[in-house]
Amino acid sequence: MTADVRADVVVVGGGPAGLTAAADLARTCRVVVLDREQQAGGIPRHSDHPGYGLRDLRRVLSGPEYARRLVAAAQDAGADVRTGWTVTGWAGERTLEVTSPAGRLTATGGAVVLATGARERARPARLVAGDRPAGVLTTGQLQQLVHLQHRSPGTRAVVVGSELVSWSAVLTLREAGCRTVLMTTDRPYGEAYAGLRMPASAGLRVPLLTRARVARVVGREQVEAVELEEVGTGRRRTVECDVVVFTGGWIPDHELVRLGGLDLDPATLGPRVDPALRTSSDGVFAAGNLVHPVDTADVCALDGRHVAAAVRRWLEAPRQPGAGVELAAEPPLRWVAPSVWRPGEPGPARGRLLLWPEERVLAPVLVAVQGGRQVGRVRLPWPAVPGRVLRVPSSLVSGVRADAGPVRIALG
Amino acid sequence: MSDVLEVDVAVVGGGIVGCAVARELAGRDVSVALVEARGDVGDATSKANTAILHTGFDAVPGSLESRLVARGYALLSAYAEQAGIPVERTGALLVAWDDEQLDALPGLRAKAEKNGYTRTRLVGADEVYARVPALGPGALGGLEVPDESIVCSWTAALAYATEAVHRGAHLLLRHRVSAIEVGPARTLLTTDRGAVSARWVVNAAGMGADVLDRMLGFDRFTVVPRRGELIVFDKLARPLAPTIVLPVPSSLGKGVLVSPTVYGNVMLGPTAEDLDDRSDTSTSEQGLSSLLEKGRRIMPSLLDEEVTTTYAGLRASTEHSDYVVDVDAGMRYVLLGGIRSTGLTASMALAEHVVGLMESAGEPLAERPGLPPVPRMPMIGEAFPRPYADAARIAADPEYGRVVCFCERATAGEIRDALYSTIPPTDLDGLRRRTRALMGRCQGFFCGAEVARLLEDGGR
Repeated sequence: MTADVRADVVVVGGGPAGLTAAADLARTCRVVVLDREQQAGGIPRHSDHPGYGLRDLRRVLSGPEYARRLVAAAQDAGADVRTGWTVTGWAGERTLEVTSPAGRLTATGGAVVLATGARERARPARLVAGDRPAGVLTTGQLQQLVHLQHRSPGTRAVVVGSELVSWSAVLTLREAGCRTVLMTTDRPYGEAYAGLRMPASAGLRVPLLTRARVARVVGREQVEAVELEEVGTGRRRTVECDVVVFTGGWIPDHELVRLGGLDLDPATLGPRVDPALRTSSDGVFAAGNLVHPVDTADVCALDGRHVAAAVRRWLEAPRQPGAGVELAAEPPLRWVAPSVWRPGEPGPARGRLLLWPEERVLAPVLVAVQGGRQVGRVRLPWPAVPGRVLRVPSSLVSGVRADAGPVRIALG
Repeated sequence: MSDVLEVDVAVVGGGIVGCAVARELAGRDVSVALVEARGDVGDATSKANTAILHTGFDAVPGSLESRLVARGYALLSAYAEQAGIPVERTGALLVAWDDEQLDALPGLRAKAEKNGYTRTRLVGADEVYARVPALGPGALGGLEVPDESIVCSWTAALAYATEAVHRGAHLLLRHRVSAIEVGPARTLLTTDRGAVSARWVVNAAGMGADVLDRMLGFDRFTVVPRRGELIVFDKLARPLAPTIVLPVPSSLGKGVLVSPTVYGNVMLGPTAEDLDDRSDTSTSEQGLSSLLEKGRRIMPSLLDEEVTTTYAGLRASTEHSDYVVDVDAGMRYVLLGGIRSTGLTASMALAEHVVGLMESAGEPLAERPGLPPVPRMPMIGEAFPRPYADAARIAADPEYGRVVCFCERATAGEIRDALYSTIPPTDLDGLRRRTRALMGRCQGFFCGAEVARLLEDGGR
């Protein structure tokens, strides 16, 4: 029988957020990182193109190289990174149930950091009708297929979505010798391309079909085509392909949040957190794309650094503050993270509120309204683009009062 | 001419019914071949069943279906315990949403009694909501059917087929019957992979049973593929559906059900739509949107949960209200036609019935002594101990501690076991049915590539 695990901090999830938190915390306390994959590193492991590490490591790396460095940094700092360890539930306060080749056991921490990330909604969750052939993938599945298993996805692909991750899928397809014959989005314009920090992007010529949704998948054994419908007119066309990649449509991997009864943010579907990344449960923190589905890997990593400071404060003096002030985003903003504000406490990671815009606005003005009164206003020099997190200085809510009710954040 | 396999009985169709019949006959003094067109057992109609173990409370009283469902319920319940087929006795609640449906409940209770099922109970609206708090507003009352259960139809078919093989039956997968020739003593079945010569033929061909029947010169029924589309919701929704919520049949049609599944999900469906194409298991835009519309009324909060998967199955409906079961002693031929979704529950009783029909036609079917023990199937039911949570098992073999499919907690050990089982899977779908790998909420986002590799590399 293998012994149960005890540590000062148990981190669930060995991606950029979890590993960076672990590297920081391991300088002063005993940290165990539990990662269910055979290799830690998270999503960047299989995103084999440059664009990683800019904000946290101050350099541009490929995904796999970035993942390796994060793992090495955590281990060098003394963190115990256990791969192939799957957390399946809670066994008590800050105690997790774990299945591993070493046995079925528990892991208990003085603090727990949830950094389980997010996944793309697969085709069934999008309720796309039609046959169920092989060749229908998400970006994550495609990249594991190509970069971890070195398999070929097919020859002609339709990529659904035009977010950052969609271009990541196009790059992967190209590397695997599969041509992207069409990229399609239900929005009136393509997104994120301008913001793509990938040297290769200049060479990507992919036809983009806007205002279209995938109505049907055709093909009994292998994908043969997709049927697309023009939004508004209902006009249909069929595009032949043997691969369809559904990209974006992120949902946090929130199973532990829900099984643990932690407050769930109905907008992000991740745990509700405050600027220190505390959840509603004593000594349980959350960081990375579990909290904001999804921002770039380096922003997640900096979350990890931010949460480390809060975890350290908790370990020194385990006190959970009161309720805080609720922040809520108004359409066309879908969510805001953090969604709990604490006047008088230090601000969020990087001094930014993260918001998810559903419409494109060139120079957005954001307002914060509390109790019918505008308490903050910020004009941004950068645009709001759907499919990308809008990062807003938290000075927007510095005028929020502790006793004046919830705060709405809207476009002004 | 390639070699001809000679057996006493050829069972055509490796669905739940054919597998049950092959298992039963293989335990008697005859040699058996189970002839299946597809690459796996239980791979057509049987795999897209609503997976309810029926009491038969709402069957047509006096029908063969009524009798066999009631008997089959008892037989399969007992067998499931021996073989490790997941069954949960969740009970069912028929919910009336209007006066017509409310008025129909006492009649349904009376019908249940005629079918020999006496444990139904009429309940008021308050009890309906106490039982299923997540129901939408407007429920007027209900009829409780405490013994309706949920079952894993895949494991059932696989257990039958596995035991049939252990008892010596020949399992012929990917053998599509293209012609039949009835001789004086033997019948020759031509398939695309060689011929089978049998003294007796049992037609359990499901969606193709009428075609096979016509090959033998009959013209007594036509199978109409009736498509049923289903939406499966995330496991986190399971607390919403503690019991099967059934519709009350009314002039507006049959309605849809909300049911927990043995894998821990919640299922909404099925639609009912007659098709021409017997192989069309695609979902339709209209079907999915109509399910959502109905689901929104029955259980609004269910629609806030994530959809794990959608699928469509075909039921073999016919112009007859009962099963079409017959024996022709001269031709040594048994027909099991028009076995619709209740066939899962009735499967073992149908097998027993076949024995009776053949014996009455003069075929002695003595039970063979010294049969192998009932196989113990890998447990994939959520309510039962599974390997990932079994400390002793992991300690004995760490591969059970290596979780491959995180959403469903399917382990490398289970995948390896499936690949080395009596009837191994030949594709990802087959592996999914046996282990639940890839069945979960991420639909392969995390493990899809790894599971595909394990299938190719033999689980290592």
